This record gives sequence, structure tokens and C-alpha cells, in this order.
Amino acid sequence: MTQALYSRTEKEKGGGGAAMRVIVPLQGVVQGRGGLVLGSIIPCALFYVLQFYLKRHRKDTDDQSNSGSSSQNPTPRSSSCGNLSELPGLTRNWSRGLSSPRSLRGPVSVSGRVSGIVKGADSPYYVGLRRAKEDPYDELSNPNGVIQLGLAENKLSLDLVEHWLADNAEQAMLRNGKELSISRIATYQPFDGLMEFKVAVAGFMSQVMEKAVSFNPSQVVLTAGATPAIEILSFCLADAGNAFLVPTPYYPGYDRDIKWRTGVEIIHVPCRSADNFNLSLAALDRAFDQAKKRGLKVRGIVLSNPSNPVGNLISRETLYSLLDFAREKNIHIVSNELLAGSTHGNEEFVSMTELLDPDDFDRKRVHIVYGLSKDLSLPGFRVGVIYSHNEEVLAAAKKLARFSSVSAPTQCLLTSMLTDAKFFQTLITINRERLQSMYAQFVAGLKKMGIKCIKSSGGFYCWADMSGLIRSYSEKGELELWDKLLNIAKVNVTPGSACHCIEPGWFRFCFTTLTEKDIPIVMDRIQKVSETCKLNR
Amino acid sequence: MRLIVPLQSVVQGRGGLIFGSLIPCALFYFLQLYLKRHRSHNPQSSPPSPTLSSPKLAELTRTSSRSNLFSRGSNGQVRISTRAISIAKPNDSPYYIGLEKASEDPFDRFGNPDGVIQLGLSENRLCFDLIEKWILENLKDSMMGSDDGDLNINGIATYQPFDGTLELKLAMAGFMSHIMGGAVSFEPSQMVLTAGATPAIETLCFCLADQGNAFLVPTPYYPGFDRDVKFRTGVELIPVHCRSTDNFTLSITALDQAFNQTRKHGTKIRGILLSNPANPVGNLLSREMLHAILDFAREKNIHIISDEIFAGSIYGDEEFVSMAEVLDSEGFDKDRVHIVYGLSKDLSLPGFRVGVIYSFNENVLAAARKLTRFSSVSAPTQRILVSMLSDTRFIEEYIKTTKRRVRNMYDLFVAGLKKLNIRCADSSAGLYCWADMSKLISSYSEKGELELWDKLLNVGKINVTPGSACHCIEPGWFRCCFTTIVEEDIPVVMERIQKAVKSTTNLSNSS
Repeated sequence: MTQALYSRTEKEKGGGGAAMRVIVPLQGVVQGRGGLVLGSIIPCALFYVLQFYLKRHRKDTDDQSNSGSSSQNPTPRSSSCGNLSELPGLTRNWSRGLSSPRSLRGPVSVSGRVSGIVKGADSPYYVGLRRAKEDPYDELSNPNGVIQLGLAENKLSLDLVEHWLADNAEQAMLRNGKELSISRIATYQPFDGLMEFKVAVAGFMSQVMEKAVSFNPSQVVLTAGATPAIEILSFCLADAGNAFLVPTPYYPGYDRDIKWRTGVEIIHVPCRSADNFNLSLAALDRAFDQAKKRGLKVRGIVLSNPSNPVGNLISRETLYSLLDFAREKNIHIVSNELLAGSTHGNEEFVSMTELLDPDDFDRKRVHIVYGLSKDLSLPGFRVGVIYSHNEEVLAAAKKLARFSSVSAPTQCLLTSMLTDAKFFQTLITINRERLQSMYAQFVAGLKKMGIKCIKSSGGFYCWADMSGLIRSYSEKGELELWDKLLNIAKVNVTPGSACHCIEPGWFRFCFTTLTEKDIPIVMDRIQKVSETCKLNR
Repeated sequence: MRLIVPLQSVVQGRGGLIFGSLIPCALFYFLQLYLKRHRSHNPQSSPPSPTLSSPKLAELTRTSSRSNLFSRGSNGQVRISTRAISIAKPNDSPYYIGLEKASEDPFDRFGNPDGVIQLGLSENRLCFDLIEKWILENLKDSMMGSDDGDLNINGIATYQPFDGTLELKLAMAGFMSHIMGGAVSFEPSQMVLTAGATPAIETLCFCLADQGNAFLVPTPYYPGFDRDVKFRTGVELIPVHCRSTDNFTLSITALDQAFNQTRKHGTKIRGILLSNPANPVGNLLSREMLHAILDFAREKNIHIISDEIFAGSIYGDEEFVSMAEVLDSEGFDKDRVHIVYGLSKDLSLPGFRVGVIYSFNENVLAAARKLTRFSSVSAPTQRILVSMLSDTRFIEEYIKTTKRRVRNMYDLFVAGLKKLNIRCADSSAGLYCWADMSKLISSYSEKGELELWDKLLNVGKINVTPGSACHCIEPGWFRCCFTTIVEEDIPVVMERIQKAVKSTTNLSNSS
């Protein structure tokens, strides 16, 4: 804004200078009758014309440079062009029967909007994930590999899923266990999901949420994962240049899901360790006002509940006041409840849907995101859910699901898995027990080293305070520690800065990719680094 | 006026001229600023429907005590984004209306003989028996991994590479080169897999063009392009008209004309979107034409998206030439060519949702790989397909059989139409024919065409795609997909067309 003003004033100065010479002949008019009127109108008009001229001129030069890059200039200077072809000059004498002897131009560029995606430096979140994938730890075959604590994936209960699949997969695809309903899997299906699958998913969701809510299958849109579900909502609720309020620290993937293709911006609402990283309405209000001052239109709040990366739950009280806030500002709420079934504490999880009265008008502003990647530990299946009470959003989302549908065989398989109530009830219960036990052990291990975690009740991770180990209390210090953990200790964790946490020194540790016997190894590795850190201090 | 009076002394003093111009300028500037601010608020508070969004009202009703939170009833309704409003509206293209109608009341020879016969969906149901047999025999092994019945759960349940597993890319590359007669070999590392060809096209649009840029697309084109290309990307489609006198083949002159005209309007063209074999006409682009298009793209420095999803559905004697093959022979300047493929047509598995982006451009591949996060293929499906595509014996038999059956259906269908005096454009590929019914329409216009379409749908109870939905410049053309029906249905279809046509002629005679 200040920059814009500054350039404006510069222009004005130019305008004044140019106008001066022009105005001299008009002096007579100015000092005659009606001088004041003309004396103000004429400069105004001149100024207006000047602005107009400048605007036009600017556009022209743009156009010229554009057309230059596409038809004449062999190496466009625009950053989007990239250095694609290695030999742009040498290939000149190519000819195909000399049909276009004028020969070729430079490399063709990708669009401006993806050049950022291609070139943008990756956040430590993605760097770490890649490292851990390239050199994965394995007790026997690669004991010096990187231990993956950066990926929120749950392998604790995969044995149960495996069992079920081994027993039932074949039957699931066949009707009556005998006949293959080929037309059910091979042909075009409704792009937003088969109705029977929606029914099964709605039933599963309500089971996961302890039957406190019932979900209406006709308000469900299924997508190929929760990621596209969030992106589709982003498209539907905000236009390019609008913004969402998102409490920090938040899941690093949001920067991609919400912003990349939609052009929507994220306004951070900082939460602090002093409040146990709980969202405060005051901070929300402040962020909203600041965004407004910047001229940004805020279209909604994106919440994760249970939160990722902290793992705490949003209380009923806070949910009510959030709804209040949304009503007051007339904005949407996207509630990401992907981890609703993966709670391990004693706290009660409350879904946003639970607060909504059936005949309340405000239901239209609440949209739930869910998926089977976490609670059913099936991220590879790619199933996400949009649950909304807003018909318009549902209508648009259904059409956009064309770009991100769930594969039909997968739908058949899961329909039968999710109608097997006995199976998934066992799964949820056992998974909770195992989660609880892993959490307790992992947090205890960290505690022994003097690393404290925020008390959390949901999710596959703990949120650890390592600010005592960083050399400088800053993002730099935090990333140094992250680097040491990754390269010396060979454990990949997610640093708080990747989650836009306002306080340095916090790290997310996902412990559900481990087995119990891996925990001592992880602790050993961290211990090594923490000792060197303490020595250096 | 009164505001300016106090400044009079300033104006008439020293530097009067400077102040006299600067001050009004500044005032005018602030006025503009004010107006601008004010204006940007306006559209927000005046949404399409007058009852929506009234922030002021929201403030008024706010007494916000939690206890009577919901009793207050409603205040301002929250709006969705402007871009979603147009998407949320019901479809008004006859293409979608017809599809909906046919899926609501589908024809079945025994169960629903009065239902709508679906000739609007290019889906190949002729070889389901083969696929069914294969799946029945191989499902368990393919999905679970056959090694001693040991299910490798990690391969399907956990996060997989979002752009597709290497195994499936390898299998897909083999399948594609098989389908294209072995003339080209595809490099798995240049491949990105998506959940269908639709997101493949959309992803490419995101990668190749910015909002407000345009692609040239020869008409008539697949009605879905309007959605795939335009919906979310904000990219425009510039039609390049092909005519029946050229048998709807593309001419470089038309391409050039469209290019220049668009340039004049200030829109930047980023590429050409081709479908080869063409949908809805079913003709092929000749090798010469492909070279010429490549030359054109090179001259204008634009991209080429070649949608070759019907590459394996050839029923004529003409030879299909992939853009990849032409590039192989030229050897360089491959950066601008991107091929779209998928398994929905040639393997008749649209429900599986598997599409392919095959590109020679490293940057496009890098971006597309990241964007597949939004549209990945489900892991169990990938497993099944790896086995299926690697089963060369099955694939060979499948390709041969489909070709024979599609060709047979094409011959029967076209012959049937001929008997009704309906001529089809020369075509050699696809799952449809492109029929000229211009003699049957009451007025030679889009209106006449849609009247006939309506008659066919509501009286004849057959759903076909009218040319106008494909942006065909000449009225009276219809796309009829014949692979969703069986041989015995053809006489029924012909009868129904006759019935619908009769009712129109009766109508026009009586009126």
C-alpha cells in the first residue's frame, strides 16, 4: 500500500511538472471569472488524462514485451520462460523440406502461475519428506537410514486392514459374492461418488464421531483425497485475491491446497504456547481487521479440529464463539475434521456439525472436510469428503469432482468395508488404544531428555518444545536444529516454521509410522544431537 | 466551491500555479481513491439475488448472546465465490441435459423398453465380457500381490507417489506404444498419471496458460473441453472452424486467421488443443497436417496439447499417427508438445479414472507432478491395472477384438442411418459417427438443430449430441455414439429416429 502511494505521488509530481507549462497560457482564464472552478477542473482533467496516458502506455509496453517473447525474441526475459531447451541457438538450421525456413524461436514457456510452483524453494517439510523417502530407515536392511517422523500416516493398525482386505477384497468387488458387476466398476459413475458409497461413508463418519451427529448422504461429495476437497472448497468459497483466516501453526500442506491454483490467500492467526496453542477470538478479530485494512476480503476461516500439528481439540465453547464470529462477519467456516476418529486423550471431540441446528440458517456457512486417509489409515486409496449444508456449494463441488473422482473399484471395496460395522468398530477401538499407548511412550521418551510436549488429545503426532536446544531463538536457530536432526541424527521431523508457528523451537513428531521398538532408537538419535547442542551453548 | 475558497490566497500568492495545480490534482486523486474504494464495496453488497448478503443487517442483528444464539433466526446469508456461482448453475448445454435425461431413465430391452437410449456418452461397452473375465480370474492376485498369498498392504494402503507408481507408468508406456502400433516408444519418466483424462487436460491448462490467455481449438470439439479448460483455470477457448466441405479437417489458414484475430483483441494465445482422432467427427490428422501444425506452433512459439485418448479405437483403414511419432522423426523442439491419454476409451474403463500426461517439457512435468496431489489414481486401482496391462496376451486379444467389434457396429450403424437418408462424415476412429441431419431440421439454424435434438430426445427417446454443443459452425450435425448399445438395438434406434423425424415433418407441414 505504501509502495503504491509512493509511486502515485511520483506520478503526481510528474503530472504537476508537465501541467505547469501547459497551464501558463490559461492564467488569464484562471484569474478571470470562474477562475476557481476552471482552475480546479482544468488541472484535474489534465491529471486524469495523464493518468490515462500512463496506464495505456504501461499496458502497451507489456503487450510489446509479450508479443516479443512469443514471436521475435529468442530468449524471453520473463522469469516464467525457464531454460528449457538446451540448444536454442544451435538448432536453428533445422528444416523440414524448408517449409518454415524462418526457423524456430526460443523455448516455449510455461504459465506464470506454475513457474512459481516449479521453481519455488521447497519448505523443510517437503525437503525432509523427500530425504526420508530416498533413504528410508529399515531395522535390518538400512539401519542408518532416515527415520520418518514427518509424515502423518498411521501404520499402527494396518494389520487389521490387511486382514480384512485379504478376507473380503474379492467378495467386495462381486455382487452376491459370485457375479462380477462389471458395469458397476468399469463404466462412468457419478463423479461425486456412488450413492451406496456415500451412505457407507456417512454412516462411518457418524460412528467415528460417537454417533453425536448423523450425516445426510445427499450432502456428501466425495473426492480423490482430502487435499482436493479443501481445494474445491477454496474454489467455491473464495475468488482469487480473497483470503481465509487460518490459525497457526497449521498443516504445511495448506499453503499448497488453499493457495496454489485458486489464488486465494491465507491470513495467519497466531496462537501461542502460553494459551496451549488454543485459538483466541481476540487474535481472530485482529487478523480479520488487519486483513480488511490491507484491502483483502476475508471469505472464511479454515480450522483443523483435532488440530494439526498441535493435536489439541477445539472446545464446544470456542466452536460456538467461532460460529458467532463467522455470523458477525458473514464469512464461511471450513472445518477440517480429518482426524476426528484418531483421538487418544480423554477430551471429547466435538464436530462443528453437532452445533448446527436443523433449521438454522447458519448451516449454510459451515463446510466439513473429512477423509479416509487418517482414521481408516488408507491414504493410498485417496478418498476425501466434503460435507456441506449449502446447496450451491454442493452443486459446484459436485461438478468440480469431475476433476478428482474416486476410482470405482476403490469405491466398491470401501463400500463393503464401511458397511462391515463390526470390523470398523473394532478398528476404531483398537486403533485408539494403540495410538494412546504410542503417544504415552513417545512423550515419556522425549520427557526423559527434557523435551516437553504440549498436551494433546488427537492426531498421530506430538508437538514438542525444543526451544531449549536451539542456538538462537529464531527461525534460523530452529532450522539449524532441524538440519542436524535430519542429517546427523537421521530423523525427519517437521519444524514449526514450516507450519508458520510464530514461536521458534517447536517441532512436530509423527510417531504412528513407527513400531514400539523403534522408539528407543529415535530417542537415542535425538539424544545425540541434543547433547551436542547443549555442549555448543 | 466553498472548500476551495480558503485556498484562494495560496493560489494567488507565490507558487500559485504549482499549488493551483497540485492541490486540485491531489483532491481529484483522493476523490478517485474514494470512489474506487466505494465501488469495490458495492458489488459485494449487491449480489445476484437481492436477498443475499447484507453485512449491515448482520451487524444490526448482532446481540450475540450464546443462549439465544439460534432463536434469533437468520441474518445475512453467506455467499459462495463468484467463480463458483456460474459452476453451480444447472447445466444448460444440451450435451449435459441429454446425458442426465438418459441416465435417469435408461433404456433396457427388457426392464425399461421405453427408456432413453444413450447415444450421447462415448463409452465402449462392446468388450466388457473380456474385461469381466480377466478381472474374475485375476482380481485377487493383482490387487493383493500373488507372492504366496502374502498381501503387501504397504503398497496400497500407504501414501504412494502422487503422479502414479513407476510400475503403472511402465505398464502404461508399454500399453500406449502397443496401441499405437509400436511406432513410438514412450518413456515412463515423462509420464504423469492423473485421475482421468479430464484432470490431465485441466492440469496442462494450469501449466501452460495463465488466466485470460487462450487456446486455439478446432471445432467441432468435445463439449467437455469447455469445462476442462475454462472452469477453474480462467483460460479461454478460441474456436477454429472446420467445415463439412473439407470433411471437417483442420486447415492451417483457419488456424492462422483465428490466431491473428485473437491477437488483435489483445488475448494472448498459449497453444493449440487438438483431439486426434477427433472427437466428435472421428477423422484423423494426417502426418503432413501434424508437421504443418508443429511448424505453425513453432512459428508462433506456442504449445500443442494433443488429446490422443481414442488412439486405439480405430475402425477405419487410415493410419493413426501420434504427435509423439512426428516428434521422433524431427528429433528436437519437443518442449512444446504435450500428449493426453487415458484408459477410459481404449480399455473402456472410465470408472477406473486413469489419465496420462505425456510431455517432453521438464518444467511442465515438474509442475504437473506436484499438481497431481489434487487428482491421484487410487492405489488398489493402480495395482489391478499394472497386472492387466502387463498381461500382453490379454491386451493383444482385447485390442484385436475391440477393433473388430467397433468396426462391425460402425458399419451397421452407418448403414442404418444411410437407409434413413442420413449421411455421415468420413471417419475412421472413435466410438461414434458424425451424422448430417441438416435435411431434417425445420430451419437451417441452431434453433432448428435443437428442435430436432429435442424431438429425438423426447419423442424418439434417444439422446444424441447436437453439433451446437460441440460448437460446430454448421447446423444439423449430430454425434451418435454406437458403442453403448448392442447390435440388436440398432433397428430400434433407427425406428426411433424415423419416428422423431416424422413428428417434426408433420409439425412443420401442419404449421
